[in-house]
Amino acid sequence: MSRPAPALDIARSVRDGSVPAADVVERFLTAIDATDPELHAFLTVLHDAARAAAAVVDATVDAGGDPGPLAGVPVAVKDNLCTRGIPTTCSSRILDGWCPPYDATVVERLRAAGAVVIGKTNLDEFAMGSSTENSAFGPTRNPHDPARVPGGSSGGSAAAVAAGLAPLALGSDTGGSIRQPAALCGVVGMKPTYGTVSRYGLVAFASSLDQVGPITSTVTESAALFDVIGGQDPLDSTCLERPSPRSVAALSDGVDGLRIGVPAELVDDVDPAVAARVREAADALAGAGATVEECSVPELRHGLPAYYLLAPAEASSNLARYDGVRYGLRVEADTVEAMNAATRAAGFGPEVKRRIMLGTYALSAGYYDAYYGQAQKVRTLIVEALAAAYQRFDALLGATTPTTAFAIGAKVDDPWAMYLSDVCTVPSNLAGHPAISVPFGRDDGGLPVGVQVLAPALGEPVMFRVAAVLEDAAPVPVPPRVHAP
Amino acid sequence: MTADERHLTRDDAAYVARLARIALTEEELDRYAAQLATVLAHAAQVAALDTEGVAPTAHPLPLRNVTRPDEPRPSLDRDEVLAQAPAVEDRRFKVPRILGDAL
Amino acid sequence: MSEGWEPVIGLEVHCELKTQTKLFCGCRNAFGDEPNTNVCPVCLGLPGSLPVLNARAVEYAMRIGIALHCEIRPSLFHRKNYFYPDMPKDYQVSQYDAPINVGGWLELPDGSRVGIERAHMEEDTGKTSHMGGGGRIHDAEHALVDYNRAGVPLVEIVSAPDIRSSAQARLYASELRAILVATGASDGRMEEGSMRVDANVSVRRAGTAELGTRCEIKNLNSLRSLGRAIEFEIERQVTLLESGGVVVQQTRHWNEDAGETVALRSKEEAFDYRYFPEPDLVPVVPDAGWQAEVAASLGPMPADRRARLAALLGPAPATDARTGQIATVVELELDGLVVAAATAGADAGLALARAANEAAADADAARRLDPAAFTSLIRMEEQGAVSATQAKAVLADMLDAGGDPAEIARRKGFEALEESSLAAVVAEVVAAHPDEWERYRSGTEDKLVGFFTGQVMRATQNRANGKAVAEELRRLRG
Repeated sequence: MSRPAPALDIARSVRDGSVPAADVVERFLTAIDATDPELHAFLTVLHDAARAAAAVVDATVDAGGDPGPLAGVPVAVKDNLCTRGIPTTCSSRILDGWCPPYDATVVERLRAAGAVVIGKTNLDEFAMGSSTENSAFGPTRNPHDPARVPGGSSGGSAAAVAAGLAPLALGSDTGGSIRQPAALCGVVGMKPTYGTVSRYGLVAFASSLDQVGPITSTVTESAALFDVIGGQDPLDSTCLERPSPRSVAALSDGVDGLRIGVPAELVDDVDPAVAARVREAADALAGAGATVEECSVPELRHGLPAYYLLAPAEASSNLARYDGVRYGLRVEADTVEAMNAATRAAGFGPEVKRRIMLGTYALSAGYYDAYYGQAQKVRTLIVEALAAAYQRFDALLGATTPTTAFAIGAKVDDPWAMYLSDVCTVPSNLAGHPAISVPFGRDDGGLPVGVQVLAPALGEPVMFRVAAVLEDAAPVPVPPRVHAP
Repeated sequence: MTADERHLTRDDAAYVARLARIALTEEELDRYAAQLATVLAHAAQVAALDTEGVAPTAHPLPLRNVTRPDEPRPSLDRDEVLAQAPAVEDRRFKVPRILGDAL
Repeated sequence: MSEGWEPVIGLEVHCELKTQTKLFCGCRNAFGDEPNTNVCPVCLGLPGSLPVLNARAVEYAMRIGIALHCEIRPSLFHRKNYFYPDMPKDYQVSQYDAPINVGGWLELPDGSRVGIERAHMEEDTGKTSHMGGGGRIHDAEHALVDYNRAGVPLVEIVSAPDIRSSAQARLYASELRAILVATGASDGRMEEGSMRVDANVSVRRAGTAELGTRCEIKNLNSLRSLGRAIEFEIERQVTLLESGGVVVQQTRHWNEDAGETVALRSKEEAFDYRYFPEPDLVPVVPDAGWQAEVAASLGPMPADRRARLAALLGPAPATDARTGQIATVVELELDGLVVAAATAGADAGLALARAANEAAADADAARRLDPAAFTSLIRMEEQGAVSATQAKAVLADMLDAGGDPAEIARRKGFEALEESSLAAVVAEVVAAHPDEWERYRSGTEDKLVGFFTGQVMRATQNRANGKAVAEELRRLRG
């Protein structure tokens, strides 16, 4: 039985010549032009470049060549991934208008696979946020309810896929920034094992936590896109040798005989509707032949405080380069020191400033041991606790995020309330483990709920197997209110 | 002072803003200092944990000795690089006068 | 300097490694190219760029560590966070508390040792030119930055505070340079900036153990500046302390023209660099096999070469003169000649003397001499075929135009005086100077040997062998 995968259907039709890539791209550009003014998922739409890329695919097909496994498939790319000659702003004024002279490795791999980069999507500035409200260029709206947030930081990418404006999207996930918006928008979002996807060309937020990953409407497409973008890159020292690409092939293996744990820490403090969906998901897995058991991994609760010391610390260093000297915004002043300070004051939004200051403090002399140093040790505790859990279980199940989509503006004045969105997702980043959010039902207001599958490092095959079963068992999704015609 | 006893004071906020080269207005300083103190109070929960004998995780991966051969690769075209610079003079990046000293 | 004070000096030397490419990217590591032509996303620190470590830079760092008798350890890179326009990322990737080389030492030509605390890897910054105001930093109107040098691999070598004088500091810097060149890792050119020396200077009362407050002296572009600056700084600190003042810990800039050190900024406290492990790089763990490979690839260091020469001279302890000759010969890279001569059985001491005293006059030409020809000449002098003066003349010709020493001697009409002729000439000279002969014969003025030898030389146009003359005189005396 073949699993649904609209993007792969497109690729097949383009490859066998039955549908020109040009037509595919035109269809999606029309959808974007009609729908995005309300949604604001995109910061840049690449009308000409996409058409040109489609033409190349079609020419290859006509000449009898191999246009690649994703031939003609439009992909929306988060605007913190470098695209050569195309503005890459990270949704920040400090990079407004900056065009990188090079492509991120993942973008090169998309192009090599025949995919068409159709646009750059909105995000929380420098990927710092859980709602896309921290964008310097205005928020993105949730296609299910335009008065609500799409989640963040990859809100634009998630909204684009949910609204049918692109079949595939790339996001980045440092503390949940792929999985949480996927959950809030009712799509599939996956964070790979740290080191399986190159970070070269991903504008760094927190280097030891960041990963690029797929946002798609189905699990099969998620696995396929992961296979395309993943693999060793000589330009990234933290990138592993490619694990064998069994992800797509193993998808239909089912969960018979697998042991699934449901940690209380990923269910107890979430909204009742979300908790209920998680329990239903657990029941579905048990019904499909898995052994499902409640468990407790207390160390998971320490993930959020540790994350909010480590990530800002690395970010404070990664964002130091934005100083008005070599590219981007410059606010002139009499001395270079004053120029730096004025440029960064004008160029960074409040959340970025807060995190830089927090991170600087956590690293500063006298506090390093208590804050940054201690957080790195807590990280070890979490890794060890999860390792112990994976002695008993093949995968873990829980909520992706405690709530469904909240109203635009509801949490902007309370940073810690916003940070709580990440409580279920940060442990996987800290441990470097893979995790995926799969849509599973909705709350009483009709808003999508996502459930999360966690696996040990390089456990993508098991993770995808479980996700596939959940996808099959999920209640029929309600289409978003804002969708491509 | 341990982390438990310390709150992030306004002076602390001003110090880190200087260290991070971000010019803040007085009002911003007040606001951020208060917000950061709250966040830090939550985040500093880690300070209370017993991590005796626990090694820090600097890298989630067991990788070692990742290197590349000493072989030249193409550099960027200088015009392309300078075209995006805020100010250029004599093929170099121009900045206002520098008060402080190099490393 | 007033009595009773002891200077305590440590040197920090940054040396650029002679790799083809930069530390973390494939841009060329080249001096003097057009500004901003050897740059890429990585060394410009463009958003999204990542570093990848140059294997040869690690090898060169290990060579330096081994040459300095350091322990090679597993190491990490750290970020040193600091804003400055010549730093593309506004942090420098360096090594902090886990450096690759620790705990070594360096032996000076006089046999004394200076400890090496560490020698670690780090990336270089770009170059800033201050414009307007005569090129001086403090009067400048604006600055221009070239990033060609940003990312060039450096090894920073930190000595223990074992140095006790400006002269010793100069010896240390000179010997370290020779070692760096010998490893092949660096070309050690202070004037070009591929070797940069900073001095940490403090003073204390002689006989005390506690260290005084130190100042760091920068902008030392030659060995001479190094010596002068240290002298000045010692004097400045002693004067300050003797007048009841206090030395403030600070960085000071050496002003060559004015001949003084000047405070750059008064640092009451150290700058907060917020070091943390570089997350974009993984640990460097050179296993025993790699270390052995690197050690095996190293040629002899200057100290080894000096030791080899000393051994060739025989078991008797070297005189100061000999030690000086050995140092000179190794420094000028003429030890190969001496080793060749000694190995072929010629007189090692004579070979050393000719190399240090005569060949050194034109060291470039001397390095091109054919060792066999040099050996031949030493033999000729040793066996008395030519006199010392004649040998020096032949050597001068060989430096000028090469050639075979026997040929040159023949061409110049140098033939040793035969023994029988020598006896006759000596007898003549003795007869011509009866007073001197009487004084010599009475045994009280051995130095008259020199007088008679000089007379014999004049009479024979320098063809006589000095030793033979002395022997003949002794024989006549009875």
